[in-house]
Amino acid sequence: MIKIATYSETVMDHFMNPRNVGEIEDADGIGEVGNPVCGDMMTFYVKVDDEDRLNDVKFKTFGCGAAIAVSSMVSEMAKGKTLDEAMQIGRKDVADQLGGLPDNKMHCSNLGADALHKAIEDYRNKKKES
Amino acid sequence: MPEVYLDHYAATQVLPEVVDAMQPLLRDGFGNPSSLHGWGDSAREALEAAREKVAALIGANPAEIIFTSCGTEANNTAVKGIAGAAKKKGNHLVISAIEHFSVMHSARTLEKSGFEVATVGVDEYGMVNPEEVRAAIRQDTVLVSIMTANGETGTVQPIEEIAEIAKAKGVPFHTDAVAAAGSIPLDVNDLGVDALSLASDLMYGPKGVGALWVRKGLRMMPLLDGGVQEGGRRGGTENVPGIVGMGTAAELAAEHMDERAAYLSSMRDALIEKLPAAIPHLNLTGHPARRLPWNASFVVEFIEGEGMLLFLNMQGIAVSSGSACTSRALKGSHVLSACGIPAEVARGSLLFSFGLDNKPEDVDYVLEVLPPIVQRLREMSPLYDKFLKSGGDQNSDVQ
Repeated sequence: MIKIATYSETVMDHFMNPRNVGEIEDADGIGEVGNPVCGDMMTFYVKVDDEDRLNDVKFKTFGCGAAIAVSSMVSEMAKGKTLDEAMQIGRKDVADQLGGLPDNKMHCSNLGADALHKAIEDYRNKKKES
Repeated sequence: MPEVYLDHYAATQVLPEVVDAMQPLLRDGFGNPSSLHGWGDSAREALEAAREKVAALIGANPAEIIFTSCGTEANNTAVKGIAGAAKKKGNHLVISAIEHFSVMHSARTLEKSGFEVATVGVDEYGMVNPEEVRAAIRQDTVLVSIMTANGETGTVQPIEEIAEIAKAKGVPFHTDAVAAAGSIPLDVNDLGVDALSLASDLMYGPKGVGALWVRKGLRMMPLLDGGVQEGGRRGGTENVPGIVGMGTAAELAAEHMDERAAYLSSMRDALIEKLPAAIPHLNLTGHPARRLPWNASFVVEFIEGEGMLLFLNMQGIAVSSGSACTSRALKGSHVLSACGIPAEVARGSLLFSFGLDNKPEDVDYVLEVLPPIVQRLREMSPLYDKFLKSGGDQNSDVQ
C-alpha cells in the first residue's frame, strides 16, 4: 500500500472500509445536506427505537475521501445514542475522532454531523405531526 | 502489486541519458557561464550547446532562446514582458478560457495595472475557434496568447490559423507549448508564432528549467531584472546543470518523436476505446482526434475524483483529476468548465497521462482495477441513487 500523507490512518480506514453505507428503506428520519455543484453531498437515514435511541444509522455520500470517512465516523458515533446525545455530536468531535482532517477539508467535507442532525429533526417533525 | 505511473502531466521521469549529461556540470563543471576564465568557458560551452538543442526542437534560432526557471516563468515573462513593453501602443490582450494559470493569472495581474483582457471560449472539445480570436482583436490589442495544446483535455489548438489572423492584424502571438513541446512536432516558423514557452519536466528532463523563445525584433521587458545573462532578457546566473539536462531531453525528444508518439498513442487509444465500454456513464473529455499522444481524460458521472484517486493509489496506479476536492484551492477545473461540462460532472474528472515507462499491460490493469472502484463509490453516492430511482438507464435526463 502506498501511503498518502494528506489523511490520517483513521480517515483512510473509514474511507476504505466505510461503516453503515446504504439506505434504510423504512427510515424514521432522513437528512440531506450539501449540493454536488460546489460541495459534498450527504444523505443520512435513521431508525429510532421506543426509548428514543438510534438503533440504526446509514448514509450515502458524494464527495472526497474525507467526506466519506466523516460520514462513516458519524454513523458509528451516533449508533446506540439517544437523540439528545446524538444532537450533541459536533463537527469538531468528528474530526477529532478521525485523528484530524486537513485544514482545507474542515468545512466543505465535514458535514456528516449536520446531516445526522437534520435526519433527527426530520424524525422529530414527523412525530409532532402524527 | 504492479506500480503504474499514469501522471506524466504532473511530472515525467528524468531519463538516464539526461542524468548522465547533467552530472559533470554538478561536479567539475560548476563554473559560472559569465566568468572570463576556463571554468566559465566550459560552463558557457555547455550552456550554448544546450541552447542549440532546445532551439532545434522547435526550429528556432538559438540566439532567440531564453532559459527560465520553469514553464510558469516563461509564460509570465512572455505575457507581462511583451504586453508591458507595448504599453504605449495599447492595453488590450486576448487569451483563451483554457490557458494555464501562469498565463491566466499573469493576464489578471496586468488587468490590475490598467490592461483589459478578452477571454475567448472553447467548444465542447476544448477547441478555440480562430474566428473568435479575430473578433476579439482590437486596434489596441498588444498580445494574443493561446496555448498550443491543453494538458488536461489533450486538445491541440489550431495555432497556425490563429497565428495567421494575429499576423494579419499586426498583433504579436505567444503560445504556451509546455504541454505540447517534445510530444508533437513544433516549428516556430511553420506555426507562425512570435513567442513560445516550453518546459523541461514534461519531456523527461529535470524540474526547475524552462525556456522562452521570442522572435528577434519583438520587444519584451525582462521579468527578472539583473545582469546581462540571456541577452539581458533574464537576469540571474543560469541553472547550467538543469539547462544541460533540458538540452539532452530536447535532443532525445526530437530524435524519437515519431516512435514515442506512436507508442504512447497506442496505449492512449486502447484506454479511450475500452474504458467507456467497461464503465457506463463515463465520457471522454477533449477532442476525439486532435489530441496529445499521451492524454486520455474522462469524466465519470455520479462520483468524486478524489475517491477514485485514493483507491487507485491503493492498487498502485497514479493518476490525477481536475475535481475540486483534489485541488488545494478546492476549485474545479476551469478547463472542463470552459468545455461546458456541468460542475457536478466535472467533479468526477480522471486524467491518465501516459509516458515512456508505461507498457500496454498497464491499460489492462486499469481496466481490471477501475470498474469495481467506480461501482463501489457509486453504491455510496446519493447522486447515483437518485439517478437509478429516476429511471436509471431508461431515462437519460440525469438529476
